[in-house]
Amino acid sequence: MKYLKFLLVGILLGIVLYKSEAVSWYRIYEMFRFQSFHMYGIIGTAILTGIIFLNISKKNHLKNLLGIEINVPEKEKGFIRYIVGGITFGLGWALIGACPGPMYILVGSGVYTMLIVIFGALLGTLIYGALKSKLPH
Amino acid sequence: MEYILNPWPWYITGPLIALIMATLLYFGKTFAMSSNLATMCSIAGAGKFIEFFKSDWKDKKWNLIVVLGAVIGGFFAKNFLSNDSVTNLNKKTILELNELGFKNPGKTIVPNEIFSFEALTTSHGLPILIIGGLLIGFGTRYAGGCTSGHAITGMSSLQKPSLIAVIGFFIGGLIMTNFILPYIF
Repeated sequence: MKYLKFLLVGILLGIVLYKSEAVSWYRIYEMFRFQSFHMYGIIGTAILTGIIFLNISKKNHLKNLLGIEINVPEKEKGFIRYIVGGITFGLGWALIGACPGPMYILVGSGVYTMLIVIFGALLGTLIYGALKSKLPH
Repeated sequence: MEYILNPWPWYITGPLIALIMATLLYFGKTFAMSSNLATMCSIAGAGKFIEFFKSDWKDKKWNLIVVLGAVIGGFFAKNFLSNDSVTNLNKKTILELNELGFKNPGKTIVPNEIFSFEALTTSHGLPILIIGGLLIGFGTRYAGGCTSGHAITGMSSLQKPSLIAVIGFFIGGLIMTNFILPYIF
């Protein structure tokens, strides 16, 4: 029961990203060719709505379910990890046409070869974990 | 009903994604899909060999449940909430993709040229999926987040590291789509 709410959030996420074609390889291609506003519209309005929500919650000291004030954890300071890691992920995002959420959504929709991508992504995560101390952050 | 069965417009989708982020914050969590990959590595026992994966994954079970929900949501959306409409792509995009050898851009959600079982038997079929996965897994963990953690949550909370990461996402994406994809296909 404790986990039911998370299952529902996941189902909503799957439906929203599938129905908006944000999980479409073609939409990602189109975005990186600057040939459509669709994906920019999605990401832009998501961020805009997010900014408004976080501002309202900050001003009114809105509390979460646990009674603690709503707050987004701060990312560590840095540059190299964000730019190099970001570029690496971007290369994969444009090649596969899916980021880590859509990978799972597409498996559900019947794109079973995406399981190979997920396997590759687990391997990539494992490689990062093994090399972490040797990489510049 | 037609409104639900047709593809959803961006101005409905963006706010709904923000709602998902807000809901997870209300539940005391954050919207972060890529961290599930590290959790799965921990569950598989990677913590025995690599310090990074030594963590109590039971605290992160909620996020795996979100993944399970996403799979169910994808199944449900495809089988019960869709009609046979095609993706309304730019005509220029369709022509370009035809030239690259993609036969039916927008008719399916992902190209058969990359994701069908037949594509797996071609010389570049399997390498694309594995290398793409490696880049996604390595890149998201190095950058400490993906589209959900950095582009949506990090940008909404106006964090500089997330802005740097998102600029990186776009540099990488532009390089792949404009300079590498044309040589693969």
